Amino acid sequence: VHELTIASAIVQVAANHGNGGAVLEVLVEVGELAGVSPDALQFAWDVAAAGTPCEGARLVVRLVAVAVRCPSCGTEGELAEPLRLRCRACGTPTGDVIRGRELHVVQLTLAPEVGHAAHR
Amino acid sequence: MPRTVELREGVLSKNDALAAELRRRFEGAGVLAVNVVSGPGSGKTALLEVVLAALLGRGVRAAALVGDCATERDATRLARSGAPVRQIVTAGICHLEARMVEQHLDGFDLDHLDVLLIENVGNLVCPTGFDLGEAVRVVCLSVTEGEDKPLKYPHIFTSADLVVITKVDLADAADFDRAVAYSALEDVAPAATVIETSARTGAGVDDLVAELLRRRQG
Repeated sequence: VHELTIASAIVQVAANHGNGGAVLEVLVEVGELAGVSPDALQFAWDVAAAGTPCEGARLVVRLVAVAVRCPSCGTEGELAEPLRLRCRACGTPTGDVIRGRELHVVQLTLAPEVGHAAHR
Repeated sequence: MPRTVELREGVLSKNDALAAELRRRFEGAGVLAVNVVSGPGSGKTALLEVVLAALLGRGVRAAALVGDCATERDATRLARSGAPVRQIVTAGICHLEARMVEQHLDGFDLDHLDVLLIENVGNLVCPTGFDLGEAVRVVCLSVTEGEDKPLKYPHIFTSADLVVITKVDLADAADFDRAVAYSALEDVAPAATVIETSARTGAGVDDLVAELLRRRQG
């Protein structure tokens, strides 16, 4: 259960980009080969976020399907069968994974800055 | 109004950056770093005992780091080879991270080392996304675990450069079906080199050592 480590790392990234302000929502992309369980990540999220600018924020996970490049016919595309690393066009086995290992924070929704009007 | 910020930052970017730095250090010193991963009990430590002995026997300067949740038992076993060995006790953490490797390199003279074997915590899930700066990732599968293990834990197997099938001396006793295992590996690890070994009989150990040294010369 390394998801608590992952959740804490997401909190850090979000807090850094949020300049300490409250974070309302965090969108992460998780590749099917990243080895991260979205359910376990959600479960760990509240624990990791407690006492940080992410406390109470919603974690949204967008799964990224695996795509490979074929060494023989050059086709790039998603797998025909889940987690069977073969070219969908010609069936050649290929380890050339072009998508599906992602583990990225891609969007943050931040609360309005308090005292914004006072700066005018 | 709430504001949205678009970004694209790796969740493990801190680990990735540190791993990249370690990789530069290893490459700069001519050290082949090998990350050895498997489930608990598949024979990583027994394999590394014979691999360390074989490396030292060939005059290769080898050392090892070994990760476990608790105890220094594996380091004690590996140190009997005569190689410098350090235990990384993770205190419950289920995988090694680049910072743990970095913290345990103090005192190892990388300039006088050829191969660094890093035995990960026994776990086929969590080590997947944690780059340790290794040049080669070895994933072990023992014949007693079932031929379909790669299909059940595809994430780690897809990240393997080398798959080592261990305990082949028990293959018949375990009714190990090679064709099924190789077919599973072709599905999830089509680019990996597969080597069969037995730490008990020594079978395949020379092949594995030769493969590692070949990759060191790159």
